[in-house]
Amino acid sequence: MIYQGKQKIWSEYQKGIPSDGWFYVRSCIRQNFFPASEKFFLGICRDTLGHDIYETKHHTTCGGIAYHSDAIPQETAMTIVARQFALMKEAGYKNLVTSCITSFGNYTEILETWREFPELETRIREKLWEATRREFDKPEYVAHASDLVYKFRNEIAERAAHRLVDVHTGRPLRIVEHIGCHYSKMFPHKGIGGAEYPCVLSGMVESWGGEVIDYPERRHCCGFGFRQYMVKANRGYSLSNTHKKFESMEPFRPDAIITNCPGCPYFLDRWQYVIAEQTGKTYGSNGFGIPVFTYEELAGLILGIDPWDLGLQIHQVAVEPLLDKMGVPYNPGTKYLGLNEKDIMRPGLPSALKCF
Amino acid sequence: MDNKKILIIGGGPAGLEAARQLLRLGWEPVIVEKTEQIGGHLSRWYKLFPDMMPASELLEQLTAGLEGAKVYLKTRVAYMNRLKDGYSIMLSNGTGIQCRAVLIASGFSLFDASKKEEYGYGVYDRVITNADLEAWFAGASDSRIPEHPRRIAFVHCVGSRDLKAGNSQCSKVCCMTAIKQAIEMKERFPDSGIWCFYMDLRLFGKKYEDFYINAQKDYGVHFVRGRVSEVSEAIDGSLVVKAEDTLAGTPVKLNADLLVLMAGMLCNADTATLARMVRSEVDSDGFLRSRDNIYRINESRRPGVFYAGACTGTKTIPETMAEARAAALDIHNYLCGND
Repeated sequence: MIYQGKQKIWSEYQKGIPSDGWFYVRSCIRQNFFPASEKFFLGICRDTLGHDIYETKHHTTCGGIAYHSDAIPQETAMTIVARQFALMKEAGYKNLVTSCITSFGNYTEILETWREFPELETRIREKLWEATRREFDKPEYVAHASDLVYKFRNEIAERAAHRLVDVHTGRPLRIVEHIGCHYSKMFPHKGIGGAEYPCVLSGMVESWGGEVIDYPERRHCCGFGFRQYMVKANRGYSLSNTHKKFESMEPFRPDAIITNCPGCPYFLDRWQYVIAEQTGKTYGSNGFGIPVFTYEELAGLILGIDPWDLGLQIHQVAVEPLLDKMGVPYNPGTKYLGLNEKDIMRPGLPSALKCF
Repeated sequence: MDNKKILIIGGGPAGLEAARQLLRLGWEPVIVEKTEQIGGHLSRWYKLFPDMMPASELLEQLTAGLEGAKVYLKTRVAYMNRLKDGYSIMLSNGTGIQCRAVLIASGFSLFDASKKEEYGYGVYDRVITNADLEAWFAGASDSRIPEHPRRIAFVHCVGSRDLKAGNSQCSKVCCMTAIKQAIEMKERFPDSGIWCFYMDLRLFGKKYEDFYINAQKDYGVHFVRGRVSEVSEAIDGSLVVKAEDTLAGTPVKLNADLLVLMAGMLCNADTATLARMVRSEVDSDGFLRSRDNIYRINESRRPGVFYAGACTGTKTIPETMAEARAAALDIHNYLCGND
């Protein structure tokens, strides 16, 4: 591997990311899958680092999930997006940051489509006015939330309570970075680092002391792929995609996986359980799986936030082996205590995949 | 203007052969070469298809008998002005030349294979180009080439016939170069397996088809019709090459110890500058535009400005030789008033 070769490519795929003035739109599904990630994105970027990021309870889905599942036409998704832009304008913001990768792809694709076909933009403006009496401005900058965390990665590193280093040996932790397909595969110049060697997550890993693994199926889909999973008959295909990735990364002995998409961490996490149940195979050491994190969760661990406040007990794959390596303190007794110490109940333990 | 000087821009095969012919016809060619040696890409090549003639042998033939020609190395044309019956040229070394005819033989550049990011040139240790391999054949050391490669893959059309890369033209020589290099590798590493990934094989020249058949029959080279989609590195440093076999209708994956990218031909970056100097035209493919592409390929639309070789499009060496001779004759006839 010639690291300078990647640096050369990265230098050609950089984009302007203002530090402040962002209008934040959440994901449809992340609050269920990884309930604390969005809260801590705002907590870290807004409260800890002091950047101006605004959100409103009035925003809705971007329609991307329905569009990519062929449930709605693109014009419908465009009108939904136009309404989000109208909310942004009403709030006095000019830059849009999305929590979801598919949203980021959806907003980008729509803006590019309007650039190519301005008459379509005019029609959507008319439709939005007819439906809501709202008007919108197109954003000056569109970023994914991981772009912002990438931009702030060194600020986070400066405040680090822990690093991506094995505290027992001093070895940098080996991290697999998995980028959501809709981040830059459609528009390479819209993603940091491009489509082939994106550096949005690898940049975070390196800043926080870890070592990035480049394995043969790095670019492969996590297995979600919308219709691979949403059409029930295709779920074996979804699973086989995930299986292919784990088989490919296994020789590199990763300590953890970092992701920036709503679907990827979910599928990479949950399918490890299914693979273990079906084949008896686990990919971590001593019968554990490879823990999978969102970038907000990993940033939270770096900053010393309690793992259970970060919602890591919701993961299928046990995170404790990584916490032990990083030297992150945690109380096993409070793992399944929720807000106000309410017992959120313990899940049943799998037969093959070792969990707590 | 009564001097016999003719400016030749470019000291590659086209410029050298044209100079040889012009000398024979009694003219005084002045070769301006921007690099430190004459020969162009030929000087870095090992053997030439289909006869496997050493490139050095051709270069020797081209340079033999050039004694009467003035050659300026590491020199460029600084500017060129049109006179009543010729051109006034200032070279970057301060030399001024007045002549009645100019031959542009500025050749081609190789496509920068790192632009096809998915192939990993400049990123993965064992990915090289056709030019790198040719230099290695010629004796240069290259740490990217393993001592005993077991599996070697060639990717045709890298940066050619590729709208995404901005080049729609076929580079003409890559199919045959890949076959030639595959055979040469097989001769050096008889135990290795060799795979060529191609879009379609364009084997138009004399003996080209025989060469292709021999590669399969005598050397066991595998030809897979399909483009490579991505390349990555396995933990042992070998390359994982993914492609589609469009004849079998199936995706294929190959572990290779070496990947050779057949980088295509582009017009030299300075050709557009030269074209502006002589108020000539650049075609839609970036190469210089001839008067026509059938009968007057060697002629520009400007009086006294002629073309030879790959400055007007991708060419093989035999085509370049033929064009260089034709251009020399065209210049001779133009200067003698034989039009």
